[in-house]
Amino acid sequence: MNEKNVIICRCEDVTLRDVIDAIRSGITDMESLKRKLQFGTGPCQGKTCIPLVEKVLARELGKKIGESGKITSRPPESPVPFGIFESSGEEK
Amino acid sequence: MKSKDVVIIGAGITGLSVAYYLSRNGVRNIAVIDKSFPGSGSTGRCGTGIRQQFTTREHIVLMRESVKLWREWETSLPLSVHFRQGGYLWLLETEKEVSNFEKYVKLQNLFGVESRIIDKYEAKQIVPDLDIESIAGASWCPTDGNAYPFDTVEALKLALKNYGTEINAFEEVVGIETRGGAVKSVITNKETYSTNLVIDAAGFGARKIAKMAGIDLPLKLYRHQIAVSEPVKVFLEPMIVKGELYFTQTYRGRIIGGTDLNEPETESLQSTERFLEKYATELLSVMPVLSSLNVMRQWAGFYVVSPDHHPILGGTPVSGFLVATGFSGHGFMLGPVIGKLMAMYVLHGIMYLPEANNLGLDRFKKGKLIEEKAVIG
Ligand SMILES: Cc1cc2nc3c(=O)[nH]c(=O)nc-3n(C[C@H](O)[C@H](O)[C@H](O)COP(=O)(O)OP(=O)(O)OC[C@H]3O[C@@H](n4cnc5c(N)ncnc54)[C@H](O)[C@@H]3O)c2cc1C
Repeated sequence: MNEKNVIICRCEDVTLRDVIDAIRSGITDMESLKRKLQFGTGPCQGKTCIPLVEKVLARELGKKIGESGKITSRPPESPVPFGIFESSGEEK
Repeated sequence: MKSKDVVIIGAGITGLSVAYYLSRNGVRNIAVIDKSFPGSGSTGRCGTGIRQQFTTREHIVLMRESVKLWREWETSLPLSVHFRQGGYLWLLETEKEVSNFEKYVKLQNLFGVESRIIDKYEAKQIVPDLDIESIAGASWCPTDGNAYPFDTVEALKLALKNYGTEINAFEEVVGIETRGGAVKSVITNKETYSTNLVIDAAGFGARKIAKMAGIDLPLKLYRHQIAVSEPVKVFLEPMIVKGELYFTQTYRGRIIGGTDLNEPETESLQSTERFLEKYATELLSVMPVLSSLNVMRQWAGFYVVSPDHHPILGGTPVSGFLVATGFSGHGFMLGPVIGKLMAMYVLHGIMYLPEANNLGLDRFKKGKLIEEKAVIG
């Protein structure tokens, strides 16, 4: 398997190779990995990539999934147009 | 027990920048300690903005110097911080506001900042998608801009790694030992560091840290919320400000911005729908074309606010215990200059910008507060 061809995060185009390289360079917690590689920050809100990276990180470190930190999920659950939140204009 | 020349508490932009300038100047036996990951505090949550349009000599001079250093960081750090001088376009609603800002611009020009007042048609030339109907004019500074917080943290981390300076993440400071009015050691949940020099750069935690050394910092924590959109092709480089609203687009294509809900002091970082309503309403009144753009994520962070909205820098009554905090919502843009000021202060015992001498903790005791009239993103 060529790790360069395995896409972990489709929104931000992050490959398995990128994840493994970052972990081996010494970044060993989920939040810091996210900041470095930016996976999980695209329109899908990390629904696919975060569990995958958790798995790779656990495997690389020989730990259990979830032992190296969890990523805080942010609202809204899925992207919503700004227009929906606009109030009628009375208060401003 | 480890022995260190300097212990820096907090790995936000402030702590990392102080460590960078100390390392660059030959001090290597440093520990930077953070209870979470570097950038996890306000630094990684901020609005990216870097401006020089302020209303006091202290802020204007420090920001002007910081912009110069941001430019240096972009070329001399081992990774790009994505510093971009897209300008700050400050929209003014009334003639009264315009005449106030004329005074600020005069002061800014006096200290070498190239801001100027423009009419609404010129504002529209700079940002064609603006709705200029309800504005009277704008204050414009083309050398203001923004940088990308996570990239800045990554670049500083790598610079420190190359110098061999250690960052101890996920380690919490729980005590400071003093003897005879001087710092002796820093105690964490993992280690004790014996040291004569501590720099409190702990942001939202700075007040608690100072208390451990017996010092009371007059700081309050206010929650500020912010949101980003889905990415779209970059079409907006300036930061736009109007009243409490501010927004720009990052190089990664997201519209990032926020507004102020004028909430009371809080320790909560919960994000609210009330914020999104106010933000979206203000945003769309300035730039209606964004109506169908999707909001992707919202979050919150702290403004660490001092009584006069200016930083608290330098020494304290405890010898060897220095502070760099209280940035009141402007600590990201100040990062480079604060790091350099504090490092030079440690090495030479003076603030190399005389204006920084007015920002000491003793000003509150002496009643020499600084007046700032334009506090916004
Ligand atoms: C929504 C929002 C938007 C903003 N927009 C802008 C902007 O556009 N431009 C701008 O210039 N500024 C902006 N700011 C302000 C800016 O984010 C801060 O002023 C700046 O990041 C402060 O950096 P710092 O390094 O001093 O603090 P922080 O980044 O908060 O770092 C402090 C660090 O200390 C650590 N710490 C705390 N307690 C302890 C302890 N006991 N032991 C060990 N470590 C500890 C924390 O984990 C944290 O990492 C904004 C802030 C918010 C919340």
